[in-house]
Amino acid sequence: MNAVEFILAGMLAAATPFLLAALGELVAERAGVLNLGVEGLMALGAALAFIVVYHGGGHLLAFVAGGLGAALLALIFAFVTLGLQANQVAAGLAIGIFGQGLSALFGKTYESLTVKGLPKLALPGLADLPVVGGLFVQDIVVWLSLLATLLIWAGFAFSKLGLVLRAVGENPKAAHSIGYPVILIRVAAVLFGGVMAGFAGAYASTVYTPLWADGMIAGRGWIAIALVVFGTWLTGRIFLGACLFGAVSLAGLAAQAGGVELPSQLLASLPYLVTILVLGIISSNRRLLKLNGVASLGEPYKP
Amino acid sequence: MSARHSMPHLVRRERASLTVKLLAPLFALAGATLVNLLLYVAIGKQPGAVFHAMLLEPFLSWASFSEVLLKLGPLLLIAQGLAIGFRAKVFNIGAEGQFILGAIFASAIPVWYPEATGAWIWPAMLMAGAAGGALWATITAFWRVRLNANEILVSLMLSLVAAQVLNYLLLGPWKDPNGFNFPQSVMFQYDAMLPLLFEGTRVNVSLLIAFLLSGLAFVFMQRSFPGYRLEVGGLAPRAAAYAGFSEARAIWLSLLIGGFAAGLAGAAEVAGPLGQLQRSISTGYGYSAIIVAYLGGLHPLGIVLSALVMAALSIGGDNAMVSADLPIAAVRVFQGSLLIAYLIATAFVRYRLEWPSASTGSRA
Repeated sequence: MNAVEFILAGMLAAATPFLLAALGELVAERAGVLNLGVEGLMALGAALAFIVVYHGGGHLLAFVAGGLGAALLALIFAFVTLGLQANQVAAGLAIGIFGQGLSALFGKTYESLTVKGLPKLALPGLADLPVVGGLFVQDIVVWLSLLATLLIWAGFAFSKLGLVLRAVGENPKAAHSIGYPVILIRVAAVLFGGVMAGFAGAYASTVYTPLWADGMIAGRGWIAIALVVFGTWLTGRIFLGACLFGAVSLAGLAAQAGGVELPSQLLASLPYLVTILVLGIISSNRRLLKLNGVASLGEPYKP
Repeated sequence: MSARHSMPHLVRRERASLTVKLLAPLFALAGATLVNLLLYVAIGKQPGAVFHAMLLEPFLSWASFSEVLLKLGPLLLIAQGLAIGFRAKVFNIGAEGQFILGAIFASAIPVWYPEATGAWIWPAMLMAGAAGGALWATITAFWRVRLNANEILVSLMLSLVAAQVLNYLLLGPWKDPNGFNFPQSVMFQYDAMLPLLFEGTRVNVSLLIAFLLSGLAFVFMQRSFPGYRLEVGGLAPRAAAYAGFSEARAIWLSLLIGGFAAGLAGAAEVAGPLGQLQRSISTGYGYSAIIVAYLGGLHPLGIVLSALVMAALSIGGDNAMVSADLPIAAVRVFQGSLLIAYLIATAFVRYRLEWPSASTGSRA
């Protein structure tokens, strides 16, 4: 297997934790809420899901546990920022630290243990194609994530719900005055973001690298937040960005396997460096950000 | 607003009384303590023993209180620097990375000149560390000012990169050749160590520097015009722009101050209690300091108190790990919940809760 085949085959699975968390954050930000606690939500989801799988509960229950646990934490964030109008940056950081702490607390006795992941399902016919065949051999969660991406894209493009969500983020006052419950919609969006971050963590700890280690999320929650900016709040671009990061995290492995002599620390920093670089490139195009950005992002709203 | 409410709701206070402002952090501490003790019961620990080890023991002997003072130094330094930026609404959350770079820059002197002697060495290390921290923050400032990139994300990513730079140095060029392959540098010479403040403890002069800079932060933020300009930029950006206060300047100043202070703290850590560059130079000081800054109400005097609380909590967590078998992660949980509790408590400083009135005639 050459490097290109290796990256193509693994890219989607590596992208999935980024993608799920970023899609959740996209929905919350579209409604006007900036949740910086994604890293902690993912960590908590990962720890809970791992514990469930380790004790034989199976992957379905694990994803439910991870999603619910992260949603509960997101509910605290919603209460503080939307119920009490606290600063969203401070609250997000607090939730992030709290969630990472909880994950370490719950996961303490499971440190370095492993579980069995999920089998890969091949799309008949396509999986046998040369070079790109690997793209079509993925586990069920990857397939479902692609479906979720499609649904969210369609939801924003065609549904009334998507339109209302955007209205609440663009101009909460106007949305309120035509009768939409702004706070409730925002709470729902934050909870959705929590569930997705929990799923992202669950995938990371029970499918992608089925093991538990404190700090295993390793900045992926933060990169997911950056992905929403990269994608300029558009579902399709966020998907492409997630694929890019999936590929980047594999490129290091591919380079090492190919005998390229690079310090492992440089390879480990690669996703962070790419984030900084892309963030600079995209953000310097102020028109692009203004065109697609969310007008009331991060601002408290009191009806 | 004359709409009648059927549910309890928040009403903005005309003005928050000083008593309420001062009580909020205390309520937050009490609330977080209660919730965490319940959590300890849930994971099968003795809440009484944990409470004693975590919150009382740090203050009960000079030996453990001196350790609290040792932790207080870096937290105080970093938080004072961060708070200045936070008040200007420049969210530098990469103090962890600036701390690490400070430690690396300071260590360069004893690592490269292990034989050097003289009283100039530790002051030079502190200056190098502060410069290293500020330099690392420069990247974030440049990205924000010139490229319009979000400083929260950039500064955090740079912290993750800084940890890898540290790993690279300690596993590669700076590894102690006689260190049994441990990822650490050589032990520093005597002159590279900060003078102790109290004999028999590990508290060194960096604590004095932290208090001195806290005083400076007070003068700068509460009494000076440049500090006022920063604050106005944060509270009312359009008014600030109208008055000709440059936003770019505010961002540069905030990040450089934050990086300088965090770098200084990093230098003081390697030249103080550690005496060498190690992988575990920071136990999350950069992140804890964010909590310290907010808990202190972003006010230089409040931060002195909140840094003391957080330092005690950290030492208390170590105690509880030994005496009450509490996982060390519990400290992070406590810190996170403390900030959440503080945000809840301050909501009641700005607002008061009004219950729906029973009498139908009264206006809500």
